[in-house]
Amino acid sequence: MKKITHAVLVAASAGFLMQQGVVRSVAREARNNEQVIRISASTFEYKPGEITVKKGVPVTLELISQDRHHGFKLPEFHLQANVQPGVVEKIRFIPDKAGKFTFFCDVFCGDGHEDMSGTLTVIE
Amino acid sequence: MTNLMNRRDLLKLTGMGVAVFVSGTAARAGGFRPQKNESFYFVQLSDTHWGFNGPNINPDSQGTLKKAVAAVNALDDQPDFVVFTGDLTQTTDDRKIRRDRMAEFRDIVSQLKVKTVRFMPGEHDASLDRGEAYHEFFGDLHYSFDHNGVHFITVDNVSDPMAAVGEKQLQWLQADLKQMKRDSRIVVLTHRPLFDLAPDWDWATRDGAAVIDTLMPYSDVTVLYGHIHQEHHHMTGHIAHHAAKSLMWALPEPGSVPKKAQIPWDASAPYKGLGFRDVEAEVAQARYEIEEFPVTKG
Repeated sequence: MKKITHAVLVAASAGFLMQQGVVRSVAREARNNEQVIRISASTFEYKPGEITVKKGVPVTLELISQDRHHGFKLPEFHLQANVQPGVVEKIRFIPDKAGKFTFFCDVFCGDGHEDMSGTLTVIE
Repeated sequence: MTNLMNRRDLLKLTGMGVAVFVSGTAARAGGFRPQKNESFYFVQLSDTHWGFNGPNINPDSQGTLKKAVAAVNALDDQPDFVVFTGDLTQTTDDRKIRRDRMAEFRDIVSQLKVKTVRFMPGEHDASLDRGEAYHEFFGDLHYSFDHNGVHFITVDNVSDPMAAVGEKQLQWLQADLKQMKRDSRIVVLTHRPLFDLAPDWDWATRDGAAVIDTLMPYSDVTVLYGHIHQEHHHMTGHIAHHAAKSLMWALPEPGSVPKKAQIPWDASAPYKGLGFRDVEAEVAQARYEIEEFPVTKG
Protein backbone atom coordinates (compact mmCIF):
# COMPACT_ATOMS: atom_id res chain seq x y z
CA MET A 1 0.00 0.00 0.00
CA LYS A 2 1.47 3.30 -1.02
CA LYS A 3 0.64 6.27 1.11
CA ILE A 4 1.69 9.80 0.45
CA THR A 5 0.57 12.45 2.90
CA HIS A 6 1.28 16.11 2.43
CA ALA A 7 -0.36 19.17 3.81
CA VAL A 8 -0.77 22.18 1.65
CA LEU A 9 -1.23 25.53 3.29
CA VAL A 10 -3.77 27.20 1.13
CA ALA A 11 -5.84 29.26 3.50
CA ALA A 12 -7.00 31.48 0.71
CA SER A 13 -7.95 28.68 -1.63
CA ALA A 14 -9.67 26.62 1.04
CA GLY A 15 -12.80 28.69 0.80
CA PHE A 16 -12.53 28.62 -2.96
CA LEU A 17 -12.48 24.85 -2.99
CA MET A 18 -15.65 24.60 -0.97
CA GLN A 19 -17.39 27.28 -3.00
CA GLN A 20 -16.92 25.30 -6.18
CA GLY A 21 -19.49 22.77 -5.06
CA VAL A 22 -17.14 19.89 -5.64
CA VAL A 23 -18.14 17.93 -2.54
CA ARG A 24 -19.59 14.79 -4.00
CA SER A 25 -19.98 11.21 -2.98
CA VAL A 26 -18.42 9.56 -6.00
CA ALA A 27 -14.85 10.36 -6.84
CA ARG A 28 -14.15 12.23 -10.00
CA GLU A 29 -11.25 10.91 -11.98
CA ALA A 30 -8.61 13.52 -12.60
CA ARG A 31 -5.54 13.26 -14.75
CA ASN A 32 -3.66 9.97 -14.63
CA ASN A 33 -6.85 8.23 -13.50
CA GLU A 34 -6.50 9.64 -10.01
CA GLN A 35 -9.71 9.84 -7.98
CA VAL A 36 -9.95 13.13 -6.11
CA ILE A 37 -12.43 13.59 -3.27
CA ARG A 38 -12.88 16.70 -1.21
CA ILE A 39 -14.21 16.13 2.30
CA SER A 40 -15.44 18.84 4.60
CA ALA A 41 -15.38 18.18 8.35
CA SER A 42 -17.53 20.04 10.84
CA THR A 43 -19.17 19.28 14.17
CA PHE A 44 -19.98 16.41 13.97
CA GLU A 45 -20.02 15.08 10.44
CA TYR A 46 -18.12 14.66 7.24
CA LYS A 47 -19.54 15.86 3.94
CA PRO A 48 -19.76 13.66 2.03
CA GLY A 49 -20.13 10.94 4.61
CA GLU A 50 -20.43 8.21 2.00
CA ILE A 51 -17.62 7.89 -0.53
CA THR A 52 -17.26 5.42 -3.38
CA VAL A 53 -13.97 4.76 -5.18
CA LYS A 54 -12.59 2.14 -7.56
CA LYS A 55 -10.21 -0.52 -6.41
CA GLY A 56 -6.68 -0.13 -7.69
CA VAL A 57 -7.11 3.46 -8.81
CA PRO A 58 -5.13 6.03 -6.81
CA VAL A 59 -7.21 8.25 -4.52
CA THR A 60 -6.45 11.69 -3.21
CA LEU A 61 -8.53 12.88 -0.28
CA GLU A 62 -8.59 16.63 0.27
CA LEU A 63 -9.67 17.31 3.84
CA ILE A 64 -10.58 20.63 5.40
CA SER A 65 -12.38 21.63 8.57
CA GLN A 66 -15.18 24.18 8.58
CA ASP A 67 -14.97 24.97 12.26
CA ARG A 68 -12.39 23.37 14.58
CA HIS A 69 -9.65 20.80 14.83
CA HIS A 70 -10.90 17.39 13.71
CA GLY A 71 -9.21 14.16 12.79
CA PHE A 72 -9.59 11.67 9.99
CA LYS A 73 -8.70 8.06 10.53
CA LEU A 74 -9.20 5.18 8.12
CA PRO A 75 -7.55 2.23 9.87
CA GLU A 76 -8.05 -0.31 7.08
CA PHE A 77 -5.72 1.71 4.87
CA HIS A 78 -3.48 3.01 7.68
CA LEU A 79 -4.51 6.59 7.02
CA GLN A 80 -4.63 9.37 9.59
CA ALA A 81 -4.76 13.13 9.23
CA ASN A 82 -5.29 16.22 11.30
CA VAL A 83 -8.01 18.34 9.77
CA GLN A 84 -7.73 22.02 10.54
CA PRO A 85 -9.65 25.11 9.44
CA GLY A 86 -7.86 26.95 6.70
CA VAL A 87 -5.64 24.04 5.75
CA VAL A 88 -6.28 21.51 3.01
CA GLU A 89 -4.78 18.22 4.09
CA LYS A 90 -4.15 15.86 1.18
CA ILE A 91 -3.87 12.12 1.59
CA ARG A 92 -3.04 9.91 -1.35
CA PHE A 93 -3.42 6.16 -1.35
CA ILE A 94 -4.35 3.25 -3.58
CA PRO A 95 -7.33 1.21 -2.34
CA ASP A 96 -6.16 -2.35 -2.83
CA LYS A 97 -9.19 -4.16 -1.45
CA ALA A 98 -12.91 -3.91 -2.07
CA GLY A 99 -15.50 -3.47 0.64
CA LYS A 100 -16.99 -0.95 3.03
CA PHE A 101 -14.66 0.74 5.49
CA THR A 102 -15.39 3.19 8.27
CA PHE A 103 -13.47 6.42 8.72
CA PHE A 104 -13.90 8.54 11.81
CA CYS A 105 -12.69 11.54 13.77
CA ASP A 106 -9.87 10.66 16.16
CA VAL A 107 -9.41 14.13 17.63
CA PHE A 108 -11.87 14.78 20.45
CA CYS A 109 -14.03 17.62 19.18
CA GLY A 110 -17.06 17.81 21.47
CA ASP A 111 -20.28 16.18 22.55
CA GLY A 112 -21.00 14.53 19.21
CA HIS A 113 -17.42 13.45 18.56
CA GLU A 114 -18.13 9.76 18.88
CA ASP A 115 -20.76 9.91 16.16
CA MET A 116 -18.48 11.61 13.66
CA SER A 117 -17.80 8.97 11.09
CA GLY A 118 -18.35 8.01 7.47
CA THR A 119 -18.00 5.12 5.06
CA LEU A 120 -15.60 4.51 2.22
CA THR A 121 -16.88 1.98 -0.31
CA VAL A 122 -14.30 0.44 -2.63
CA ILE A 123 -15.81 -1.23 -5.69
CA GLU A 124 -14.17 -3.64 -8.13
CA MET B 1 -18.71 -22.69 47.12
CA THR B 2 -16.93 -20.41 49.49
CA ASN B 3 -15.74 -16.99 48.62
CA LEU B 4 -12.18 -18.15 49.31
CA MET B 5 -12.50 -20.94 46.78
CA ASN B 6 -13.79 -18.48 44.25
CA ARG B 7 -10.82 -16.28 44.79
CA ARG B 8 -8.34 -19.15 44.40
CA ASP B 9 -10.04 -20.35 41.25
CA LEU B 10 -9.90 -16.91 39.78
CA LEU B 11 -6.25 -16.51 40.64
CA LYS B 12 -5.49 -19.79 38.94
CA LEU B 13 -7.39 -18.70 35.88
CA THR B 14 -5.93 -15.26 35.58
CA GLY B 15 -2.39 -16.10 36.61
CA MET B 16 -1.64 -12.42 36.89
CA GLY B 17 -1.59 -11.79 40.58
CA VAL B 18 -5.00 -10.23 40.38
CA ALA B 19 -8.27 -11.68 41.50
CA VAL B 20 -11.40 -10.30 39.93
CA PHE B 21 -14.82 -10.54 41.50
CA VAL B 22 -17.88 -9.95 39.45
CA SER B 23 -20.24 -9.00 42.23
CA GLY B 24 -19.65 -7.27 45.50
CA THR B 25 -23.11 -7.16 46.90
CA ALA B 26 -22.16 -9.00 50.09
CA ALA B 27 -18.62 -7.85 50.34
CA ARG B 28 -16.93 -5.44 52.69
CA ALA B 29 -19.20 -6.67 55.45
CA GLY B 30 -16.39 -6.65 57.89
CA GLY B 31 -13.31 -8.68 58.66
CA PHE B 32 -10.80 -6.95 56.40
CA ARG B 33 -9.06 -4.13 58.14
CA PRO B 34 -6.02 -2.67 56.48
CA GLN B 35 -2.95 -2.24 58.62
CA LYS B 36 -0.35 0.44 58.30
CA ASN B 37 2.34 -0.48 55.80
CA GLU B 38 0.51 -3.64 54.90
CA SER B 39 -2.57 -4.30 52.86
CA PHE B 40 -5.11 -1.61 52.22
CA TYR B 41 -7.92 -0.91 49.86
CA PHE B 42 -9.19 1.96 47.82
CA VAL B 43 -12.27 2.60 45.70
CA GLN B 44 -12.27 3.46 42.00
CA LEU B 45 -15.17 5.35 40.45
CA SER B 46 -15.14 6.36 36.82
CA ASP B 47 -16.91 8.11 34.00
CA THR B 48 -19.52 9.88 36.05
CA HIS B 49 -20.28 12.33 33.19
CA TRP B 50 -21.97 14.84 35.44
CA GLY B 51 -24.18 17.05 33.27
CA PHE B 52 -25.20 14.32 30.86
CA ASN B 53 -28.87 14.38 29.93
CA GLY B 54 -30.41 11.44 28.09
CA PRO B 55 -33.56 9.93 29.56
CA ASN B 56 -33.39 6.87 27.32
CA ILE B 57 -29.85 6.16 28.45
CA ASN B 58 -30.02 7.08 32.12
CA PRO B 59 -33.26 8.61 33.44
CA ASP B 60 -31.52 9.01 36.80
CA SER B 61 -28.60 11.03 35.48
CA GLN B 62 -29.02 13.47 38.36
CA GLY B 63 -29.08 10.74 40.96
CA THR B 64 -26.67 7.99 39.98
CA LEU B 65 -23.50 9.67 41.22
CA LYS B 66 -25.18 10.60 44.47
CA LYS B 67 -26.28 6.99 44.94
CA ALA B 68 -22.75 5.79 44.31
CA VAL B 69 -21.40 8.24 46.88
CA ALA B 70 -23.94 6.92 49.36
CA ALA B 71 -22.98 3.34 48.52
CA VAL B 72 -19.29 4.06 49.17
CA ASN B 73 -20.20 5.80 52.42
CA ALA B 74 -22.18 2.70 53.41
CA LEU B 75 -19.20 0.36 53.13
CA ASP B 76 -18.53 -1.12 56.55
CA ASP B 77 -14.82 -0.50 56.27
CA GLN B 78 -14.03 2.79 54.65
CA PRO B 79 -11.32 2.78 51.98
CA ASP B 80 -8.02 4.55 52.48
CA PHE B 81 -8.86 6.77 49.53
CA VAL B 82 -11.14 7.13 46.52
CA VAL B 83 -9.98 7.71 42.96
CA PHE B 84 -11.99 9.00 40.01
CA THR B 85 -10.48 7.89 36.70
CA GLY B 86 -11.75 10.63 34.44
CA ASP B 87 -14.79 11.94 32.61
CA LEU B 88 -16.00 13.50 35.80
CA THR B 89 -18.24 15.77 33.72
CA GLN B 90 -19.97 15.65 30.36
CA THR B 91 -18.22 17.77 27.78
CA THR B 92 -19.60 21.10 26.62
CA ASP B 93 -18.40 23.91 24.40
CA ASP B 94 -19.60 26.44 26.95
CA ARG B 95 -16.83 27.53 29.32
CA LYS B 96 -19.27 28.55 32.05
CA ILE B 97 -21.31 25.36 31.89
CA ARG B 98 -18.11 23.33 32.00
CA ARG B 99 -17.11 25.06 35.22
CA ASP B 100 -20.62 24.82 36.65
CA ARG B 101 -20.57 21.08 36.09
CA MET B 102 -17.18 20.72 37.70
CA ALA B 103 -18.32 22.73 40.71
CA GLU B 104 -21.46 20.60 41.06
CA PHE B 105 -19.47 17.40 40.72
CA ARG B 106 -17.00 18.58 43.36
CA ASP B 107 -19.85 19.45 45.73
CA ILE B 108 -21.41 16.01 45.34
CA VAL B 109 -18.22 14.04 45.91
CA SER B 110 -17.38 16.22 48.89
CA GLN B 111 -20.09 14.18 50.60
CA LEU B 112 -17.80 11.15 50.62
CA LYS B 113 -16.80 10.19 54.14
CA VAL B 114 -13.31 9.49 52.87
CA LYS B 115 -11.54 12.78 52.58
CA THR B 116 -8.59 11.63 50.51
CA VAL B 117 -9.96 11.75 46.98
CA ARG B 118 -7.77 11.62 43.89
CA PHE B 119 -8.91 12.92 40.53
CA MET B 120 -7.77 12.73 36.96
CA PRO B 121 -9.33 14.07 33.79
CA GLY B 122 -11.10 12.35 30.93
CA GLU B 123 -11.42 13.76 27.45
CA HIS B 124 -14.86 15.14 28.33
CA ASP B 125 -13.26 17.21 31.10
CA ALA B 126 -10.10 18.36 29.44
CA SER B 127 -9.79 17.89 25.70
CA LEU B 128 -11.60 21.00 24.50
CA ASP B 129 -9.59 23.44 26.62
CA ARG B 130 -6.46 21.33 27.14
CA GLY B 131 -7.29 20.93 30.80
CA GLU B 132 -7.64 24.60 31.75
CA ALA B 133 -10.92 24.32 33.66
CA TYR B 134 -10.00 20.94 35.10
CA HIS B 135 -6.79 22.40 36.51
CA GLU B 136 -8.70 25.24 38.14
CA PHE B 137 -10.89 22.79 40.03
CA PHE B 138 -8.82 19.68 40.57
CA GLY B 139 -5.17 20.61 40.18
CA ASP B 140 -2.46 18.80 38.26
CA LEU B 141 -3.48 16.58 35.38
CA HIS B 142 -0.66 14.12 36.01
CA TYR B 143 1.13 13.40 39.26
CA SER B 144 2.29 10.60 41.49
CA PHE B 145 1.85 9.73 45.13
CA ASP B 146 2.76 6.94 47.51
CA HIS B 147 0.51 5.00 49.80
CA ASN B 148 1.49 2.15 52.11
CA GLY B 149 4.33 0.96 49.94
CA VAL B 150 2.60 1.36 46.59
CA HIS B 151 3.65 4.04 44.12
CA PHE B 152 0.67 5.46 42.23
CA ILE B 153 1.16 7.34 38.98
CA THR B 154 -1.63 9.21 37.21
CA VAL B 155 -1.09 9.55 33.48
CA ASP B 156 -2.95 12.17 31.47
CA ASN B 157 -3.85 10.87 28.01
CA VAL B 158 -6.76 13.23 27.39
CA SER B 159 -5.80 16.91 27.62
CA ASP B 160 -4.23 16.56 24.21
CA PRO B 161 -7.35 16.11 22.06
CA MET B 162 -5.38 13.72 19.90
CA ALA B 163 -5.32 11.29 22.84
CA ALA B 164 -1.58 11.44 23.32
CA VAL B 165 0.51 11.52 26.46
CA GLY B 166 3.18 13.57 24.77
CA GLU B 167 6.94 13.70 24.98
CA LYS B 168 7.07 16.09 27.94
CA GLN B 169 4.91 13.88 30.13
CA LEU B 170 6.80 10.80 29.00
CA GLN B 171 10.00 12.41 30.21
CA TRP B 172 8.32 13.20 33.51
CA LEU B 173 7.19 9.58 33.78
CA GLN B 174 10.69 8.31 33.11
CA ALA B 175 12.11 10.63 35.78
CA ASP B 176 9.43 9.58 38.25
CA LEU B 177 10.12 5.89 37.66
CA LYS B 178 13.86 6.36 38.08
CA GLN B 179 13.21 6.76 41.79
CA MET B 180 11.66 3.32 41.93
CA LYS B 181 13.26 -0.08 42.31
CA ARG B 182 12.61 -2.57 39.56
CA ASP B 183 10.36 -4.55 41.89
CA SER B 184 8.51 -1.58 43.37
CA ARG B 185 4.77 -1.88 43.59
CA ILE B 186 3.42 0.45 40.92
CA VAL B 187 -0.18 1.27 40.06
CA VAL B 188 -0.87 3.49 37.05
CA LEU B 189 -4.15 5.38 37.00
CA THR B 190 -5.28 6.75 33.68
CA HIS B 191 -8.39 7.35 31.59
CA ARG B 192 -7.96 5.80 28.18
CA PRO B 193 -6.54 2.34 27.64
CA LEU B 194 -2.79 2.51 27.11
CA PHE B 195 -2.96 -0.37 24.65
CA ASP B 196 -4.89 -0.59 21.39
CA LEU B 197 -8.10 -2.07 22.70
CA ALA B 198 -10.29 -0.77 19.86
CA PRO B 199 -8.71 2.20 18.05
CA ASP B 200 -11.66 2.50 15.66
CA TRP B 201 -13.84 3.08 18.73
CA ASP B 202 -11.40 5.66 20.08
CA TRP B 203 -10.28 3.14 22.73
CA ALA B 204 -6.56 3.68 22.58
CA THR B 205 -3.78 6.13 23.41
CA ARG B 206 -1.74 7.29 20.42
CA ASP B 207 1.57 6.94 22.19
CA GLY B 208 0.38 4.39 24.73
CA ALA B 209 3.01 1.94 23.51
CA ALA B 210 5.71 4.36 24.65
CA VAL B 211 4.16 4.50 28.11
CA ILE B 212 4.01 0.71 28.30
CA ASP B 213 7.62 0.46 27.10
CA THR B 214 8.62 2.83 29.89
CA LEU B 215 6.79 0.72 32.46
CA MET B 216 7.94 -2.64 31.14
CA PRO B 217 11.25 -2.87 33.07
CA TYR B 218 9.31 -2.78 36.34
CA SER B 219 8.11 -6.18 37.47
CA ASP B 220 4.98 -5.21 39.37
CA VAL B 221 2.80 -2.79 37.40
CA THR B 222 -0.97 -2.67 37.31
CA VAL B 223 -2.99 -0.17 35.27
CA LEU B 224 -6.48 0.95 36.28
CA TYR B 225 -8.43 3.01 33.80
CA GLY B 226 -11.92 4.02 32.64
CA HIS B 227 -13.21 5.40 29.33
CA ILE B 228 -14.76 2.20 27.97
CA HIS B 229 -17.67 2.07 30.48
CA GLN B 230 -17.34 -1.61 31.31
CA GLU B 231 -15.21 -4.04 33.20
CA HIS B 232 -12.35 -5.32 31.05
CA HIS B 233 -9.09 -7.11 31.77
CA HIS B 234 -6.06 -7.37 29.54
CA MET B 235 -2.36 -8.16 29.77
CA THR B 236 0.50 -6.53 27.89
CA GLY B 237 3.39 -8.76 28.86
CA HIS B 238 3.39 -8.86 32.66
CA ILE B 239 1.43 -5.59 32.98
CA ALA B 240 -2.24 -5.99 33.85
CA HIS B 241 -4.83 -3.46 32.63
CA HIS B 242 -8.26 -3.28 34.26
CA ALA B 243 -11.06 -1.04 32.99
CA ALA B 244 -13.85 0.13 35.31
CA LYS B 245 -17.55 0.56 34.79
CA SER B 246 -19.17 3.94 34.33
CA LEU B 247 -21.60 5.68 36.63
CA MET B 248 -23.71 7.10 33.79
CA TRP B 249 -24.08 4.64 30.89
CA ALA B 250 -22.73 1.32 29.71
CA LEU B 251 -21.08 0.60 26.38
CA PRO B 252 -20.99 -2.64 24.36
CA GLU B 253 -18.05 -5.01 24.40
CA PRO B 254 -15.30 -3.95 22.00
CA GLY B 255 -16.07 -5.06 18.47
CA SER B 256 -19.38 -6.69 19.45
CA VAL B 257 -21.49 -4.36 17.32
CA PRO B 258 -20.73 -2.53 14.07
CA LYS B 259 -21.04 0.90 15.64
CA LYS B 260 -20.33 1.86 19.21
CA ALA B 261 -23.41 3.26 20.93
CA GLN B 262 -24.61 3.85 24.45
CA ILE B 263 -26.62 0.94 25.81
CA PRO B 264 -30.19 2.10 26.49
CA TRP B 265 -31.57 2.04 30.01
CA ASP B 266 -33.21 -1.25 30.93
CA ALA B 267 -36.23 -0.46 33.09
CA SER B 268 -36.39 -4.10 34.19
CA ALA B 269 -32.82 -3.86 35.49
CA PRO B 270 -32.11 -0.27 36.51
CA TYR B 271 -28.40 0.71 36.64
CA LYS B 272 -27.47 -2.49 34.83
CA GLY B 273 -23.87 -2.29 33.68
CA LEU B 274 -23.07 0.61 35.98
CA GLY B 275 -21.08 0.46 39.18
CA PHE B 276 -17.81 1.04 40.96
CA ARG B 277 -15.09 -1.16 42.35
CA ASP B 278 -12.80 -1.57 45.25
CA VAL B 279 -9.22 -2.65 44.94
CA GLU B 280 -7.51 -4.46 47.76
CA ALA B 281 -3.76 -4.06 47.56
CA GLU B 282 -1.92 -6.88 49.24
CA VAL B 283 1.38 -5.12 49.11
CA ALA B 284 3.72 -7.85 50.34
CA GLN B 285 2.32 -10.36 47.86
CA ALA B 286 2.17 -7.83 45.01
CA ARG B 287 -1.41 -8.86 44.55
CA TYR B 288 -4.56 -6.87 43.89
CA GLU B 289 -8.09 -8.02 44.39
CA ILE B 290 -10.73 -6.18 42.42
CA GLU B 291 -14.31 -6.36 43.53
CA GLU B 292 -17.15 -4.89 41.51
CA PHE B 293 -20.09 -3.19 43.17
CA PRO B 294 -23.43 -2.12 41.73
CA VAL B 295 -24.58 1.49 42.09
CA THR B 296 -27.00 0.46 44.77
CA LYS B 297 -26.88 -2.50 47.07
CA GLY B 298 -28.54 -5.43 45.36
